Amino acid sequence: MTTTTLTQAAIEADERVPAIRITRDFKATPAQLLKAHTDPELFSRWIGPKDMRNEITVWEPRTGGEWRYVQHRDGEEYRFRGCFHEVSEQRIIQTFTYEGYPDGVALETMTFEDLGNGYTRLHAQSLCDSFEARDGMLSSGMDVGVHEGYAKLDDLLAETAG
Amino acid sequence: MADALSQVFAALADPTRRDIVARLATADANLTELAQPYDVSVQAISKHLKVLEDAGLVTKTREAQRRPVHLEAEVFDLMTKWIERYRREAEQRYQRLDAVLAEMNDDQNQEGQAS
Repeated sequence: MTTTTLTQAAIEADERVPAIRITRDFKATPAQLLKAHTDPELFSRWIGPKDMRNEITVWEPRTGGEWRYVQHRDGEEYRFRGCFHEVSEQRIIQTFTYEGYPDGVALETMTFEDLGNGYTRLHAQSLCDSFEARDGMLSSGMDVGVHEGYAKLDDLLAETAG
Repeated sequence: MADALSQVFAALADPTRRDIVARLATADANLTELAQPYDVSVQAISKHLKVLEDAGLVTKTREAQRRPVHLEAEVFDLMTKWIERYRREAEQRYQRLDAVLAEMNDDQNQEGQAS
């Protein structure tokens, strides 16, 4: 039996619950994927936007542990923190807070599904505490896109009003 | 500008309004038709429509007596655009993860050969 691999990330923004789900296949075993998510040196090499430097300040990748990192770009700092609720061979469940918006917290679940033949499917879900927070997350870090979007929306609202 | 955007988010935060939007995505419908499946008054649905209209998500056309409500698909294109951008960022991140994983594979192979 052949399984079609998802060579590109697939995304779904749920209409009923404020969640974002991403699915992506990797040429790796679940154990390797887990290691890339829990080893701080490996993790800091791929997480975050390309042009940012990641600095992990607290890292306890075990059930009940804590995590905290800072992303640096042009003298700007973006701080994130949370708790590892569960770290196991099959999945990581953690809380996620952007410290610029400390009241908000998302629950993130990363599940590693073994596809066999050295492939693993990653199911990453972020469950936010409101639709506003979810949509804020979707549109964050998109300076150009959002400004284009605002302009487009302004035009549309002007048309509607006129 | 940000207010316009918050208005769209707030309008879509309500499950009844999202349901109305989903139904309007299929076809235009008037107030009576829209209110029919819900266990609330026509006035309540009319209020929901006002919120959607103020956010620029729907427009009421003056077409004859029926006055159908029309979904402004352009605003949804905007949402689709954000989602696609978010997806692309995730994809870039995962391509970096691909590289990290490939290196881990190489390291393991080298260890295998050395032993």
